[in-house]
Amino acid sequence: MIITDWAWLYIIVLAVFVGYEVISHVPVILHTPLMSGSNFIHGIVLVGAILALGYATNDVERAIGFVGVVMATLNVVGGYVVTERMLAMFKKKGGDR
Amino acid sequence: MIDISQLIYVLTIVAFVIGLIRMGNPATARSGILWAGIAMAFSIGITFFVPGLSNLILILPAVLIGAIIGFVAARRVAIVNMPQMVAIYNGMGAGAASTIAAIELIKLGNSSFNITIALAGAIIGNVSIAGSVIAFLKLQGWIRQKPVTFFLQQAVNLIIVAIGVFFGILFLLHGNFLIPYTSALIPFFVLTIGYGFLMALPIGGADMPVLISLYNAMTGIAVGLEGFAISNYAMVVAGILVGAAGTILTLAMANAMNRSVGAILAGGFGKTQSEDRTVSGNLKPISSEDVAVMLAYSSTVAIVPGFGMASAQAQFKVRDLSDMLISRGIKVFFAIHPVAGRMPGHMNVLLAEAGVPYDLLQDRDEANRAFQDVDVSLVIGANDVVNPAARIQGTTLYGMPILDVDKSKNVIVLKRGAGKGFAGIENDLFYMDKTKMLYGDAQESLSKIIQELKKL
Repeated sequence: MIITDWAWLYIIVLAVFVGYEVISHVPVILHTPLMSGSNFIHGIVLVGAILALGYATNDVERAIGFVGVVMATLNVVGGYVVTERMLAMFKKKGGDR
Repeated sequence: MIDISQLIYVLTIVAFVIGLIRMGNPATARSGILWAGIAMAFSIGITFFVPGLSNLILILPAVLIGAIIGFVAARRVAIVNMPQMVAIYNGMGAGAASTIAAIELIKLGNSSFNITIALAGAIIGNVSIAGSVIAFLKLQGWIRQKPVTFFLQQAVNLIIVAIGVFFGILFLLHGNFLIPYTSALIPFFVLTIGYGFLMALPIGGADMPVLISLYNAMTGIAVGLEGFAISNYAMVVAGILVGAAGTILTLAMANAMNRSVGAILAGGFGKTQSEDRTVSGNLKPISSEDVAVMLAYSSTVAIVPGFGMASAQAQFKVRDLSDMLISRGIKVFFAIHPVAGRMPGHMNVLLAEAGVPYDLLQDRDEANRAFQDVDVSLVIGANDVVNPAARIQGTTLYGMPILDVDKSKNVIVLKRGAGKGFAGIENDLFYMDKTKMLYGDAQESLSKIIQELKKL
């Protein structure tokens, strides 16, 4: 798949719109957890890192790819745990409201 | 054969959006991350089965290493240090995007359109990883929090990034200048990463939350662009989604601190005006015994937490104290400034951790209506957010909405030492006649106050 047609522009515009709508009415107290949550979501880069290392054909590419997969996994796992720990504190509060 | 991975990726995007929506509401926030997490697990899992994938012998240990370090570090870190963990994990994501760019660029087989996209993503990713590392080091206290500035800084930074981008263009156009174009990637990466370090250095600790949020958005965009370069739909949409959401979040945070993103990036908070203002009055120390007596004979007490409470891990002691006061029939509330601490909502998270009931927390506007009836305001390690200098035109804090602690009848400030806040300016509140200072670590000071209260 090589990106050739305009469909991509539609995808981007819609993604921007959704991103804007999702965030624009969030209370200040949730800014930090939400930042952490979106930090986790760009951990999807791990998919690309795995593919990049998976298709690597020489040692230089493999070395870079290996570093990339480690870093992306740190983003995914660390990002999840940090967000989960922050949000765990909102549990009781949610019930109280 | 239908490529099932594409189907999983689409569902992942849907779950990410639902997850983000749920994270935006206190009642459902916790389930939000679960939605996103499960979808992520499926997406990553299915990627292992993409046809033609080799090097599994390298991929699996790499994932294992990252997962173990990421999990252990994120579990162990104290809640108070969460901001820098977000920064460093964000940097890791940006770094990963840059490695994808590097591999794609080395392969060279791509169209020049893809090379352009990969280069653009690499620039953003490199600035983001370098800046995130600086943010982490500053918040962790491993390097100086204060803005680092030098002569012609902006010009030097601009030249460095311009040369870096120039080598990127040479690579794109196959132009040989000084070095063969195939080697141009090395100075391209070195200089753009270097620019990322230099760009973050002049930005002070107080602005770090906004900066981390900005890097978060940048990483999203870098991931989206690299998704383009390798034609991965999931990365494009998730990356752009985070880029857009992160940008809005950055603006909202800057807004809550009454700072503009442009001013933050220009750096050197508190350097624009020299602090030659003189504050009249003097600092009056008080003993913990006297604090206990004052509190015991009050009818309304406001507790105003700030970063000092966070760094001393004093939130549990704060809760003990408020419980004691309430059991004595004293009305207690917590006045929460939205940007007290290191990140918006930092205080809410810490007090929730200690089990302070939600209905005792009042936001800035509520609290400001109540201060005039408060007998004692107990300021625990807060500084800039209670500084009345914010009302004086020409000071660096001017315009930032503050907690009107100075309107209460008495003020007690728990503070580590006589130093200034993040903004680096004197706090007029501390010099007022009704203000007394209790110096020392917040946790120890609170323990002493609680001890004394028990005797009364």
